[in-house]
Amino acid sequence: MLKKTHLSAAIAAVSLVLTTFGAQAEGDTLSSVKSKGFLQCGVSTGLPGFSNPDAEGNWQGLDVDVCRAVAAAVLGDATKVKYTPLTAKERFTALQSGEIDVLSRNTTWTLTRDASLGLNFAGVNYYDGQGFMVSKELGVSSAKELDGAAVCIQSGTTTELNLADYFRENGMEYTPIVFDTSDQTVKGFEAGRCDVLTSDQSQLYALRIKLADPGSAMVLPEVISKEPLGPVVRQGDDAWFNIVKWSLNAMLNAEELGLTSANVDEMAKGTNPNIRRLVGLEGPKEALGLEPTWAYNIVKQVGSYAESFERNVGTGSPLAIDRGINALWNQGGFMYAPPIR
Amino acid sequence: MSSLPPGSNSGLSLRKLWFDPNVRSLVFQLIAVLAVVGFFYYIINNALFNLEQRGITTGFAFLDNSAGFGIIQSLIEYDESYSFGRTFFVGLLNTILISALGVFFATILGFIVGVARLSDNWLVAKIATFYIEIFRNIPLLLQIFFWYFAVLRTLPSPKQSLQIGEAAFLNVRGLYLPKTILEAGSGIVVFAFFACLIATVFIFFWSKRRQMLTGKQFPTFLFNAALMITVPGIVFLLAGSPVHLEYPELKGFNFKGGLTVIPELAALLIALTVYTASFIAEIVRSGIVAVNKGQSEASISLGLSKTQTLKLVVIPQAMRVIIPPLTSQYLNLTKNSSLATAIGYPDLVSVFMGTTLNQTGQAIEVIAMTMGVYLTISISTSIVMNIYNRKMSLVER
Ligand SMILES: N[C@@H](CCC(=O)N[C@@H](CS)C(=O)NCC(=O)O)C(=O)O
Repeated sequence: MLKKTHLSAAIAAVSLVLTTFGAQAEGDTLSSVKSKGFLQCGVSTGLPGFSNPDAEGNWQGLDVDVCRAVAAAVLGDATKVKYTPLTAKERFTALQSGEIDVLSRNTTWTLTRDASLGLNFAGVNYYDGQGFMVSKELGVSSAKELDGAAVCIQSGTTTELNLADYFRENGMEYTPIVFDTSDQTVKGFEAGRCDVLTSDQSQLYALRIKLADPGSAMVLPEVISKEPLGPVVRQGDDAWFNIVKWSLNAMLNAEELGLTSANVDEMAKGTNPNIRRLVGLEGPKEALGLEPTWAYNIVKQVGSYAESFERNVGTGSPLAIDRGINALWNQGGFMYAPPIR
Repeated sequence: MSSLPPGSNSGLSLRKLWFDPNVRSLVFQLIAVLAVVGFFYYIINNALFNLEQRGITTGFAFLDNSAGFGIIQSLIEYDESYSFGRTFFVGLLNTILISALGVFFATILGFIVGVARLSDNWLVAKIATFYIEIFRNIPLLLQIFFWYFAVLRTLPSPKQSLQIGEAAFLNVRGLYLPKTILEAGSGIVVFAFFACLIATVFIFFWSKRRQMLTGKQFPTFLFNAALMITVPGIVFLLAGSPVHLEYPELKGFNFKGGLTVIPELAALLIALTVYTASFIAEIVRSGIVAVNKGQSEASISLGLSKTQTLKLVVIPQAMRVIIPPLTSQYLNLTKNSSLATAIGYPDLVSVFMGTTLNQTGQAIEVIAMTMGVYLTISISTSIVMNIYNRKMSLVER
């Protein structure tokens, strides 16, 4: 894993160096995906609920569903995805170098990443914030009591930066224990190398179920940052950027219109013009350069955002996370997709 | 020239020039240099073009931006408000620290094991062989994980630390030792310490030369030890004990104060030492075996003890064989220290090529700087060892 980190960074660097002038630098991802016949999607190395292989080795999760939605839209088949597991450190170079077509791996949208890495964020599929997990034995009930603590974090994340900010702002000291993968981070926490594990709060719930004894740890109430997580593409390929953006929007619009994978065929027979446009019976059929049924395929094969949420991180999953701020805008949350018309 | 027939024109002399081996080699070298320069020019231009096309920021301006992340161990002052440029030096010093410590301990252990392997004592020789075969053949990364995850992780929590009095504590978070705090007026003590240190070096060489010339021996070790203890000690007392120890104390979750050896450093150091020592041991053994047997037989028959024979006759000659491969072991150790990132020891690769690269996204700049460092370390180690090697071979008669 270690070798891979540097290898992929080095490969990215080399590929940037060697790609010939003007050639295919930010080529046309859509036609390359179509001709390959599958989508290469960057995911995490294993984060339950977001991107995690199940017992049979099939990738599952909220972030994985974005990959599947894009494959359904572009190739008409949500199963035509190949996954590249990436640590936080590897992810951007993998995307920049063209190793993957889209990165869907609990990645926070920040100014630096958007502006100087040559990348574009295609929306937000989960609004998160950073939190702390401690062992119950520690007897701490607030992050303000963590002065002097040793903190396990994953390298190359916004988490590392927020942590430093938070402790400095509150005049507290800490010892950062930095690991490459979430598995190592969890192991470090379990072995007592650190008092606290910090990460995006949703991920804390996900990592907690990876502990040998999940009951022994608790998540503190404080949320110390904004972590809007979303899929990322290379800058300079607007057609592809639009496809990823609207694949996510289609899932959100489907939820708003009450569509699910089970009822979409039935509902399509109705007269609601919004639904008719979404399933491709009317309206801007070829706008994205895809089949008119692109959004129908997403809903049919992957489901609406609500379905994906419940199945992966919501009450239908071991994480049991509330919709909270991730509810639709008309249900008290932030999720708001522009209309399909 | 004048002897040439009038018909000989410049064409002929050009041809002659072309077949002149000196000119030819010059031309070829010129072409080679041009090709290399052109190649790099092309590559660099190409990279810049591609980066710009993709909207990726280039240049070294990022080194001035504040880093914003913490680092667990730093030999220079550092906190998250320092710049990315500073993280380069923090990482670099941590790499140098682990390499220097590793080279030091691996050399000692390697020599002991190498000599032990040739011991007449069956058990000692077998243990040494066993050691070499085991540690040389297990991948280093595995050994690092072994020490870090299997051994050091079994240590108790801070509250149940193993302790020596109230001074030293050992737990899963590291080894906590008292630290010397220098107060006002301590300068003279430090000065006395270093003065004695320099004196011991002189005494060492002086006694060696005297022994060479006159055969008279001098108890160098005892004398130097006494010197190092008494003189700074007396100065210390006379100056009114201006140095005191700061003891680590359990405050809140962790120990504060004192000196901390983090388990990441310990695990990496043990693994690098043990692994590299097994190679050094073989090098030492082959060096010793390469010394003609007659040499030690002669030395024994002259009445030198076994230890003396080894120290004065065999090892000095073996050094000539030992040094070149030893150099490459030192270089290997330095490069292997970059496996640090697997367990989170904050070396150059982990801090700079890991976190800094990721937070700034400037892969090419960061990788180039990192490669530059390893190249520099390698080349300077080679140079130093070459100089030493040359000095050693002059001893040959
Ligand atoms: N959202 C943050 C953090 C993302 C992150 O990498 N979190 C860790 C949680 S420990 C993770 O998902 N690790 C999974 C892996 O490395 O595969 C970011 O974008 O920087």
